[in-house]
Amino acid sequence: MMIKPPASNGKTRRVRKAGLVVFCLGLLLGVLALSLPGLDSGIAHAAELADTGADTATYQPAPKLTAADYPTIKGVNSRIAVWLAAQLHLWFAAFVLAVPIFVFIIEAIGMGTRDKRYDNMAYEFIKVSITAYSFTAILGGLLTFLLVLFYPHLFQYMSSIFKESMFYYALLFFLESATLYLYYYGWHWLQGGFRKWVHLSLGLLLNAVGTLLMFLANAWVTFMMSPAGVDPAGVFSGDAWAAIHNFLWNPINIHRVIANIAYGGSIVGAYAAFKFLSARKSEQRAHYDWMGYNANFIAISALLPLPFAGYYLTAEIYAYSQQMGITLMGGVFAWLFIIQAVLIGTLFLSANYYLWCGMGRSDGAVRYHKYIKYLAIVIVGAFLVWFTPHTLVLTNEELKALGGPYHKYLGPLGIMPAKNTAVNIMILFTTLSFIFYRRANKVATVSWASAGNAIQIALFTAGILNIFFLGVYHGYFTNTVYKVAASIPQVLTTLTIIVTSTAIDAFMYRGAKQVAPLHWGRVSDRSQYALFLLAVAFTWLMGLMGYIRSGIRQHWHVTNVFRDASPDAFTPGLGYAANVVSVGTILFMAMVIFVFWIADVSSRKTAADAYWKTPPA
Amino acid sequence: MRNFLKVLCFSLLVIGLFAGYSNYGIPQIEPAPPPVEEKLELGAMTMDKFIALGERLYNGKGTCTLCHNPTGGRAPQLESAATVASERMQDSRYQGTASTVVEYLYESMVEPSAYVVAGFGKAGSNDSESPMPDVSAGGIGLSDAELKAIIAYLQDLAGTDVTVSIPTDAAPAEAEEKTAEPPPAPRAALDTPDALIAKFTCGACHKVAGQVGAIGPDLTTIGATRDKAYLRRSLLDPNADVAEGFMAGMMPNIYGTQMSAAELEMLVDYLAGLK
Ligand code: HEC
Ligand code: HEC
Repeated sequence: MMIKPPASNGKTRRVRKAGLVVFCLGLLLGVLALSLPGLDSGIAHAAELADTGADTATYQPAPKLTAADYPTIKGVNSRIAVWLAAQLHLWFAAFVLAVPIFVFIIEAIGMGTRDKRYDNMAYEFIKVSITAYSFTAILGGLLTFLLVLFYPHLFQYMSSIFKESMFYYALLFFLESATLYLYYYGWHWLQGGFRKWVHLSLGLLLNAVGTLLMFLANAWVTFMMSPAGVDPAGVFSGDAWAAIHNFLWNPINIHRVIANIAYGGSIVGAYAAFKFLSARKSEQRAHYDWMGYNANFIAISALLPLPFAGYYLTAEIYAYSQQMGITLMGGVFAWLFIIQAVLIGTLFLSANYYLWCGMGRSDGAVRYHKYIKYLAIVIVGAFLVWFTPHTLVLTNEELKALGGPYHKYLGPLGIMPAKNTAVNIMILFTTLSFIFYRRANKVATVSWASAGNAIQIALFTAGILNIFFLGVYHGYFTNTVYKVAASIPQVLTTLTIIVTSTAIDAFMYRGAKQVAPLHWGRVSDRSQYALFLLAVAFTWLMGLMGYIRSGIRQHWHVTNVFRDASPDAFTPGLGYAANVVSVGTILFMAMVIFVFWIADVSSRKTAADAYWKTPPA
Repeated sequence: MRNFLKVLCFSLLVIGLFAGYSNYGIPQIEPAPPPVEEKLELGAMTMDKFIALGERLYNGKGTCTLCHNPTGGRAPQLESAATVASERMQDSRYQGTASTVVEYLYESMVEPSAYVVAGFGKAGSNDSESPMPDVSAGGIGLSDAELKAIIAYLQDLAGTDVTVSIPTDAAPAEAEEKTAEPPPAPRAALDTPDALIAKFTCGACHKVAGQVGAIGPDLTTIGATRDKAYLRRSLLDPNADVAEGFMAGMMPNIYGTQMSAAELEMLVDYLAGLK
């Protein structure tokens, strides 16, 4: 829950809930709207073609290319160019799609509480994203251009299947831009009473359209991973919906929405941290501290369910193709998950560190100080288990001696239960950090406070024991074929604990006494670096996962249907990929700095009175 | 500005750490390059070669070992696939049309769901659907001749008679995995004979350079009796002259491909100097 500013009233929660419901309904409507006008006509069109027997003439099989079919430009590595453009586009897109989601929620909270600070914060968030929006569009254009330039056959094949959705994508993009500009530039105009409701609805529309845009783009991407609606030779059946609604579409949709929110939160967190560090006045520091806190809260709330969305995606990849699943988890990419573990661990550690530092804002936090070190020990311990590869001595030479990369110790599948246990523990202790943080400044006044505490302690203890039991049992006493699925009871335990304990806490601290007002701005500068770390690690991680998502197609443009015959069809090794991702991250950071700077410049004024003629009186 | 620089340095440092870890903290495995199309010479094929081809396809292009390996538990072991085939065809769960072992194996590869080995079906399908892909299609795309080569290999593996016949129509250009194994990673050249001997574990079999292996001849005075040409040949082609009292075929026949010419000559010089 976001920390309420002191002067809030009881309506907050209701409004927040209402906001969420409205939002979900809007999304649903949006998705429905998508399938109606655009695609139906597409499908109808295809059906007509099929009737006249013209479809075979219309849809060609996927072309069989040779290296000569790929245009080259001296000195340009076409794959890296496309890779970077796609990744940069994605980073910006994730950011600009996420910001309106929480801006909408924050605006709604502001409307409910009538606390202007929420409105101001929401406005500041959207202001940051507006320049980023142009970058998204420019980079999207660049990506398309590079695809047409370097991969003309692939682009042609894809657009022959997705011509309708590409067309509606363009239309939606205009709608998105118009809504965004109206939403942003109309912010101060659409204030008060009815107008505020209009503004909020614009926010809803913005989110619906934005999400739709992403879903469409996801359809193209997932079609390349798990093609549907085409025969083995790649001849399109004409059923656009089948191609869009391919096997991995929804798993990726879910994963990306959640990841985007976490990512967007981390980027605005970095913005707030930077403003905090450069703020001179104490009320500015207080404002940006509060903003940073909320951004971090958003990032973490979305980060907690992310591993579960990841498991779901992985399980679906297995279900789609065991071969692809094993390539993902058991082959050369196995080590990638070790790097991923390091990065996610970094995210968790920095988020926790930030929370612990933040306890300094409260005078009541001393009561909890003594627990922090145990939290730290457990989280670091879980982190170590998570990223320790099962064997540390396996070198490349040894690998070859063992007859290929698919060795038993290497596939993290075999040791997945241990890692799952660690992840779940880490998530639970992060939840604990958060509960402590929330309690830091409060004293429960309900009569059953001690009973409530006891229940929570029992809940956590039982849950942790259960998670350990499941981990040990599945890890060492079973031989399940689908070890990924074995993690489900653990995940359910974790979720149950989070939901139940948050609910208990919410009731227990209803009407709780405040120890003292929170001192926003009373945090160390050092804590702000945790926010930067969060943003950088997130960016890098997204880049890395982009590489594997695309990499598991191996030497196929479209899995098993359209072969990549370019000289760059090889799957790059991890070091190579990490370097490309690092370069991308640096480019992205440079652009983001520019975005932040522009947002700042727009509010600056240089007094140059002597420069202008005084108008004749 | 100071803050800006501090944050910038911090962020670059973080990126550097991530990149450094990915490059140096974990082993760098080069993914196998994409398979290359190659002609299959069926005309001049002997059964031994055909079985060997099957084995190569099995481990390479067919990607069979991705699933069929002893450690993953993801798919049944195939050592006895050819012997259990007749039982499978009798099984009440058998849905296919095969009547011979060869047909059964063929069917297992192109229509895996015809019989699903108990416990290995797709999750939730109650062993009615196989997770194994049709290996003649899609990403694996084995040809008819290639499938038959694998059957020959599987029959040979099970120790039964190989009853599949080599297809004669040396038909269209068949694909064969040329580079199943990842290409050997370029290894830094070793610059002392001791390093070479350690690297190639000569000491496991020979008494040489302080080590006391006893499987092969004592090499501590080998230079006294053998000249360089002989030594070179015994490394490149160990079975050309077999040392008295020892068995042929023991000494690995790999040094010619795994050592550089410079390394080989250095080793020969070193051995010739052992008097
Ligand atoms: C994606 C994983 C996967 C790959 C790749 C794979 N298989 Fe399988 N295979 C299985 C599974 C799982 C089974 C057990 C289920 C079944 O009977 O279909 C199986 C069953 C079989 C059987 C039947 C065994 C029996 O006792 O009836 C044969 C034969 C076979 N595979 C051969 C091959 C060959 C040859 C290849 C390579 C060209 C191959 N498989 C590639 C997963 C795979
Ligand atoms: C697996 C055991 C094994 C390894 C490893 C091995 N050898 Fe040998 N080597 C033998 C055996 C057995 C013989 C005798 C049979 C023969 O000549 O083929 C032999 C023969 C030789 C001879 C010929 C001796 C003679 O008198 O004819 C030389 C020289 C030699 N090895 C050098 C080496 C060197 C150098 C290495 C390391 C690069 C090495 N061997 C690694 C087993 C081994």
